[in-house]
Amino acid sequence: MNEDILFDALGPRAKARLRTVSILCGLVLTAIVVALLVQLGLAGQLDLDRWAMLADGPILGFLLQGLWMTLVVGLVSTALSVVLGVFLALGRLSRTRWLGIPSATVIEFFRAMPLLLILFFFMFGLPLLGVRIPLFWQLVLAIVAHAGAIFAEIVRAGILAIGRGQSEAGKAIGLRHWEVMAFVVLPQAARALTPALVSQMVRVIKESSLGYVVGLAELLNNGKVLSEFSGNFIQAYVGVGVIYIVVNILLSRLAERLAERKGTVKPQLQERS
Amino acid sequence: MSVLFDHGGEILDGFYATLLLTVCAFPLALVLGSAMAICRISPVRPLRILGRLYVDVVRNSPLLLVVVLIIFGLPDAGLLIPLFWCLVLGLGIYFGAYVCETVRSGIRAVDRGQVEAARAIGLPFRRVVTDVLLPQAFRAMVQPLGTILINTALGSALGAAVGVAELTLETRSFNLETAEPILAFAVAACGYLAINLVVSLAVRLIERKARVLR
Repeated sequence: MNEDILFDALGPRAKARLRTVSILCGLVLTAIVVALLVQLGLAGQLDLDRWAMLADGPILGFLLQGLWMTLVVGLVSTALSVVLGVFLALGRLSRTRWLGIPSATVIEFFRAMPLLLILFFFMFGLPLLGVRIPLFWQLVLAIVAHAGAIFAEIVRAGILAIGRGQSEAGKAIGLRHWEVMAFVVLPQAARALTPALVSQMVRVIKESSLGYVVGLAELLNNGKVLSEFSGNFIQAYVGVGVIYIVVNILLSRLAERLAERKGTVKPQLQERS
Repeated sequence: MSVLFDHGGEILDGFYATLLLTVCAFPLALVLGSAMAICRISPVRPLRILGRLYVDVVRNSPLLLVVVLIIFGLPDAGLLIPLFWCLVLGLGIYFGAYVCETVRSGIRAVDRGQVEAARAIGLPFRRVVTDVLLPQAFRAMVQPLGTILINTALGSALGAAVGVAELTLETRSFNLETAEPILAFAVAACGYLAINLVVSLAVRLIERKARVLR
């Protein structure tokens, strides 16, 4: 449903009223922004030399190094979590119970855990049990466990959205269950899931910001270092935020582009942050 | 097992803090998100832009960044509020964006024929919205809102990264003090599973109540 049918097409008087309201709202919003800026200015946060550090070559380079690490973590974790997600989803959908129940348990368990708790288990729990993993993999494995379980549910929804007729037809020509999955259902689901793949990457990039906790030199962590080094907290974190937003919006655009080109409707999936 | 009784109190306190954070942050997200959804649906251009900007900015930045910016940014801007409320504010602002999108897509999910029919029988705008549009939109929103509630509870774990003593942070110190990682993390896992379970059950119950027979 579109919002436009809620009321009639506006007549000249209503249009004039709408224009007045728009201008008023615009003025109020501008006033709020100005008030915020004045408050920031009074606190000395708008001084040019505080912001100038973001245009400084070496400092910008330091942040971009962080971005590079974020992207590496993002790519590796996305790849691994997608593989894990597909296998977990197939396991949950399999007809043998000894595969179905464990897969469902793993999915539901990791979906219910906060990422930070999983990360703490890798950071502080496992060393006590005598298992040490490098910093990078602590973060990546925690993200993969969490994001993989979420992606498994997305894949499952994608597979279930493929019409029953497809798998029935596959069975009718004598394919086995795994053959039906591998040659008939999964290729179609994969096509519908391409946009979901990109939003998975956005989710993983956002989660990789927990490098802040582990001390892995990714974007947010480098922002923290920069803010503590320079004492300009607002400026450092706003700079980092702009980088995150630009990267993620570019990725989302890519997802929309992919969805359009495939000519498929974006599957209605629940957004898990 | 006796370690659990020695330190169980702290874990319980942590669990309580997690619940408190969730209970404070979720209504904030609901109010903020609904207000922004109204902005995005309204025909007033500046409000639409505001809503769009809010959703785009918040949904594309990590939750931890939002929280950290509030914790370190607000004092620098001359506003001092306690750490706990900084975290609540961060969670509310972050999940408000998801509430906004949920409300919007819930309204979009209502068949346009329903609104056309309501207007055709001469219902005024207000009653079209309250009697026809919102009840049906609500049905489509229950499930995703439940997910957002669970996510708020999970997101509150970031308190451990900034020093709010909630379940995850208490688990960490419990683990380091007792050197019983399996026990520590199992207890914490039970806490989060319990939240998950209760919310899921509540969602199922509300969904059954809100179902309209056709």
